[in-house]
Amino acid sequence: MSELKRTPLRDFHAVNGARLVDFAGWEMPVQYRSILEEHKAVRRTAGLFDVSHMGEVDVKGPDALRYLNHLVTNDVARLFPGRVLYSPMCYPNGGVVDDLLVYMRAPEDYFLCINAGNIDKDVAWLHEQAKGFNVAVTDRSEDYALIAVQGPAAAAIVQSLTGAKLDRIGYYHFAEGTVAGVHCIISRTGYTGEDGFELYHAAGDAVTLTEAVVKAGAAHGLELTGLGARDSLRLEAGYPLYGHEITADISPLTAGLGWTVKLDKGIDFIGRDALAAEKKNGAPSKVVYFKTGDRRIVRADAPVLGADGTPAGKVLSGTLSPIFNEAIGSALVASASATGPLSVDIRGTPIHLQLVKPPFVPLKKASS
Amino acid sequence: MSSVPSDLRYAKSHEWLKPAGDGTATVGITDYAQNSLGDITYVQLPKVGATLTAGQVYGVVESVKAASDLYSPVAGTVVEVNSALDSAPETVNGSPYEGGWMIKLKLADPAAVSALLDSVAYGKLIG
Repeated sequence: MSELKRTPLRDFHAVNGARLVDFAGWEMPVQYRSILEEHKAVRRTAGLFDVSHMGEVDVKGPDALRYLNHLVTNDVARLFPGRVLYSPMCYPNGGVVDDLLVYMRAPEDYFLCINAGNIDKDVAWLHEQAKGFNVAVTDRSEDYALIAVQGPAAAAIVQSLTGAKLDRIGYYHFAEGTVAGVHCIISRTGYTGEDGFELYHAAGDAVTLTEAVVKAGAAHGLELTGLGARDSLRLEAGYPLYGHEITADISPLTAGLGWTVKLDKGIDFIGRDALAAEKKNGAPSKVVYFKTGDRRIVRADAPVLGADGTPAGKVLSGTLSPIFNEAIGSALVASASATGPLSVDIRGTPIHLQLVKPPFVPLKKASS
Repeated sequence: MSSVPSDLRYAKSHEWLKPAGDGTATVGITDYAQNSLGDITYVQLPKVGATLTAGQVYGVVESVKAASDLYSPVAGTVVEVNSALDSAPETVNGSPYEGGWMIKLKLADPAAVSALLDSVAYGKLIG
């Protein structure tokens, strides 16, 4: 068995009682105290997540904009320095290589945040596609640590540690500044549906920064929060997770992410033809979100049944919403069945899936 | 460290059993088991009157992580179930040996209890 990779905060987690598990080859905290309680803390006060396993890539050079707009489905030309963009990055057939954040630091100077489990694949893809473009693509994943401070109290906590004026950083904007004496990219983004910040910083500063945030957060009810809560928070917020709602076989259109696919951005990006055809002809299947009114968790890969119990698809993600105390999830179902009725069998009991337009919770965004 | 009360008997499947002395016994899952499962979100229990053999699956406990079967440590008839767990399954996490009990059995053979592990043997099992 290969050695698990560790973030600079691995020992911090262990000392703080984390349950450490293998997540995409990384030894990561799935929970500290209780997934359900950590989830509620983020909705009520604030949580601190170590997401240093995520990958970072620099993209610099005269062709950086044209290159990125060729790679991703959203329109990178809309960015200006200090602005962040969410986008899928597709294969020619419209399947998803990864979903990522694009940061524009300056003209010809961009920065990408990519999923931990996809770093090697993405970096190879990014290099392969760079042929013919005057760009330098550099994997910086080892250099950066990343913590996320999320929840209604996040802004007050981070503000107490920085001279940067956080009220001037809108949702999906960022600024460079010092937090607790540590140089950071202060990004008003997150994966929870709450207001909050993601702080990119040098790996060597991770413990200093994290301990300062924990100390400043104590008076605000900040809790250490693990990847278990991160997953249930993102599902309540209706955010896709690569490998579940979007995959090499599930396109952004199928996943309901049509707003991220800019067919008319004026550049022939990878996957454009396939996505244009899917938009025109319709997809054979569709990602839907559901709740059940029952506490029994509807788990990933469970078969979904349509009317008369015929196979209609499968569950992609499922958890118990700690806020609503009922099972919620997502499923990939045949388009013909996507309006229901749909059900899942749990130990002999048919559980009806009530279709919900995500998010399940109102998203809190700082004004931008 | 998991709590292993000395007045209970244990099964290798991480259930505990507490004889009442009147031919009945209370059954639940151990502190070690609840801690391994993590946040418990649902407990499915049998109907009163169900007859169980030793080792038979009598219910299911679900956590955020997974659903796991519950095994009866001994043979008996279910005389009571902890219906409070329907709405508060997390009680099993907070109080596995008291409020988080699962079923009460009328024992088919009270002597069978002595074949179960004592707290020292169970403590060794979970290391």
